[in-house]
Amino acid sequence: MSLITILVLAAALIGIGLYGALSQQSFVMLMMGLELMLNGTMLAAVGFWAYTAAGVPEGQLLTIIVMAVMAIEMAMGFALVVAVYRGKQADVTEALEGFRH
Amino acid sequence: MTAVDLAFLLNAAIAVYSGWRVFRTDSMVRASFLLLISFLAVGAIMLLLGAVYLGVAIFFMMAVEMMIMALFMVMFMMNPAGLNPMNMVHQERISAAAGVLAFVALGAVAVFGEFPSRPKPEGLDVVARLGHELLGDSMLVFESAGVTLLATMIGVVVMSSRRGRYGDANEGSVPPGLEPGGEPAGQPPDDDDEEHGCH
Repeated sequence: MSLITILVLAAALIGIGLYGALSQQSFVMLMMGLELMLNGTMLAAVGFWAYTAAGVPEGQLLTIIVMAVMAIEMAMGFALVVAVYRGKQADVTEALEGFRH
Repeated sequence: MTAVDLAFLLNAAIAVYSGWRVFRTDSMVRASFLLLISFLAVGAIMLLLGAVYLGVAIFFMMAVEMMIMALFMVMFMMNPAGLNPMNMVHQERISAAAGVLAFVALGAVAVFGEFPSRPKPEGLDVVARLGHELLGDSMLVFESAGVTLLATMIGVVVMSSRRGRYGDANEGSVPPGLEPGGEPAGQPPDDDDEEHGCH
């Protein structure tokens, strides 16, 4: 376990997440791709904190901020999915032409 | 190879494999649990790295978050119980290329980049120092995250509520047809069921 292996693992998670976020048609599956990318980001931040920051707590603070971003993304994403479904009975990205009602 | 290395390799393999299976399984509920497994493996790696608070926080947060996600999966599931093969993708080749490219580029940064080597000292009281930081020097950052979460909650309630201030949120909206340009598919759930109600 070293900084390089941690970062390669984080890169793999971000790559898989990017594939999912770009390729999935269902809104909920698309959000899972975004979550996976944030997962990789958090891991990279903790890796940098452990190996290059001499243990200063601000490194962990960054991870907590990413966690908050993750919670916000999840909540707003689900609210958008519910709003879009209520308005257009749609749950795939192709069914939308724009954000107008 | 030490026990820590072995545990890291095991968890890394679990994280990547289950993360990959998320987009390859036929059931969306299974997908959310696979994502949970991936998150738990990453949380375990954080514990191995010595970030005790963050690792445990990931466990708790993701367990709850993925349960909510599984509920939404049931609500929006196209393929109940994963009985039929499901492959709902678009622009798959471009997406796969973008994913591989992101992995190669970020991996190259990891392998060829030069980072300072300042590992955290042994016997550091990680949790106490993080607590002092959160409620001390970085309190503004921490509180800003809290206020942002509050704003998110309000926004979520506004966006997902059925009734707006001036009437129903979905008033006048028409669902798209099953075919392009076809009749609207289904009825909005709250339609008045008068004499010519469609079924």
